[in-house]
Amino acid sequence: MPMNMTEKILAKAAGKDAVCAGDLISAEIDVIMCHDVTTPPAISMLKENGIDKVFDPERIVVTPDHFQPAKDIKSAELHKRLDKWAREKKIKHYYPIGKAGVCHALLPEQGHIRPGEVIVGGDSHTCTYGAFGAFSTGIGSTDLAAAIATGQLWFKVPESMKFVLNGTLPPGVYSKDVILAVIARIGTDGALYRAMEFTGSALGDMTMEARMTVTNMAIEAGAKNGIIGFDETTKQYLDEHLKDKTEYTVYDSDAEAEYVAVKEFDCSKLEPMVALPHLPSGGVPIGECSGKEMDQAYIGSCTNGRIEDLRIAAKIMQGKAVAIRTIVVPATPEIWKQMMDEGLGSIFYEAGCVVSAPTCGACLGGFMGILASDEKCVSTTNRNFVGRMGSPKSEVYLASPATAAASAIEGKLTDPRKFM
Amino acid sequence: MSKAHVYKRDHINTDEIIPARYLNTDDAKELAVHCMEDLDAGFIEKCAAGDVVVAGDDFGCGSSREHAVWAIQGAQVGAIIAQSFARIFYRNCINCGFYVVELPGAIEKINDGDEIEIDYEKGVIENKTQGTKLEFKALPDFAIEIINNGGLLKHISRK
Ligand code: SF4
Repeated sequence: MPMNMTEKILAKAAGKDAVCAGDLISAEIDVIMCHDVTTPPAISMLKENGIDKVFDPERIVVTPDHFQPAKDIKSAELHKRLDKWAREKKIKHYYPIGKAGVCHALLPEQGHIRPGEVIVGGDSHTCTYGAFGAFSTGIGSTDLAAAIATGQLWFKVPESMKFVLNGTLPPGVYSKDVILAVIARIGTDGALYRAMEFTGSALGDMTMEARMTVTNMAIEAGAKNGIIGFDETTKQYLDEHLKDKTEYTVYDSDAEAEYVAVKEFDCSKLEPMVALPHLPSGGVPIGECSGKEMDQAYIGSCTNGRIEDLRIAAKIMQGKAVAIRTIVVPATPEIWKQMMDEGLGSIFYEAGCVVSAPTCGACLGGFMGILASDEKCVSTTNRNFVGRMGSPKSEVYLASPATAAASAIEGKLTDPRKFM
Repeated sequence: MSKAHVYKRDHINTDEIIPARYLNTDDAKELAVHCMEDLDAGFIEKCAAGDVVVAGDDFGCGSSREHAVWAIQGAQVGAIIAQSFARIFYRNCINCGFYVVELPGAIEKINDGDEIEIDYEKGVIENKTQGTKLEFKALPDFAIEIINNGGLLKHISRK
């Protein structure tokens, strides 16, 4: 029976020869991602139910990120619970502050993501890791607790949709613009419960960093997972990053595999996109919204806080000054160091940006850049829901690092091609 | 019998159900105070124990925060009826032992303030105010078993 990648990985994880969409399976989990908001409640639940077991301390990766460094007493208590548990259970891959970073940037960078594996995390953007040809999905605290204890979870095998990204990206247009265009076309529930498989020449040209921006936002179309096939680019990234264990199994979709829909995009015709408030599906070409005045620019997060993103932003900001509050947040300590070593930190400083430590921070309206009522922020993050970055009366405009940087300089939504 | 609070909207997301500024706690009682705050600041005042929330498509989209379910449970909401649900939220509800009802056309069939009664296992909603019976697809048996056992963890620790 022909199968696609998602089905092949789930079949293997369920110990079956084949599965098809709609099957309920119990899957073996390879890696579990834990952070400071959803894991402490999972730990408490395990305790309350008298479950002391951790299925495998070597396959759980723990990093505080949402409110780290602790933003207040309550979040410090969350960190304390997480820290105590990670040490008690001898979690091998625990990244305390200093090593901690935004989870979805940290795990691939530190070599925890391998093709063909099943990865779950207590965070909706866990779908990011599908860029490596893995099945990866976000879960809540109860599922997380169950996975930690048993190393297994039930899943319904999702139907798959194929997204063919044809052509080549024009200058000034990035993978963020592609995914914003995809979600604008299909809507925030356009892939509800489904797998989004991405392929095509424009995707092939993208670096792993850029691909992760695409799969990161699969959840913004309601998808269970996003997935991208393995190629030379994947291999090279893994060769550089995998630490403990280098063997992995690569699954490709069969040519006759089934998809409930196939959507084609001509990426050569794309323009920089901005998702207007208050849904990630609100994407329009920059030409339709440029000139709108902003109060803040935010460059960071698991979507666009990687080194490549900071390089793009710095290139535009070099020798210029920002006109509005601009916050730059490297997603991990390694990215932070690389940014400093490459001199990007100085460019941001001279342009008048504030650079923070790695954290989720203002992306989810936690801290370090909260918006007041009626303020508008152009942001490289993934969600622009009501109140996402602060006041329920504020507005978030999602864009690429290039568009955010150009808009920071002008103080209003600006086409980044102006600076190229 | 429960009163329906109808929100004629799609994509009610977890940021509206429980804003991230309150995620520094996982205490259901504390979370309940802010339940639906960014959608309807008066919600917690008007919602009596057992009342039902009714909404359009894609309810609970966004973050995987189970805090959204805990806030709703803490506010003693009896169930949520929506035209469709976002995946992680839906799963979290079952895992927390909380009923979700998927009813196409829900916001047309139920008006704000209607008195309703739900039979979860049979898949029938009785709208007493309008005198109508609305059928829905009941949850699969294994999900009902998880809910009746008080959630996934109680369910697995019984096994
Ligand atoms: S950076 Fe934002 S979207 Fe990503 S994990 Fe953190 S809070 Fe979630």
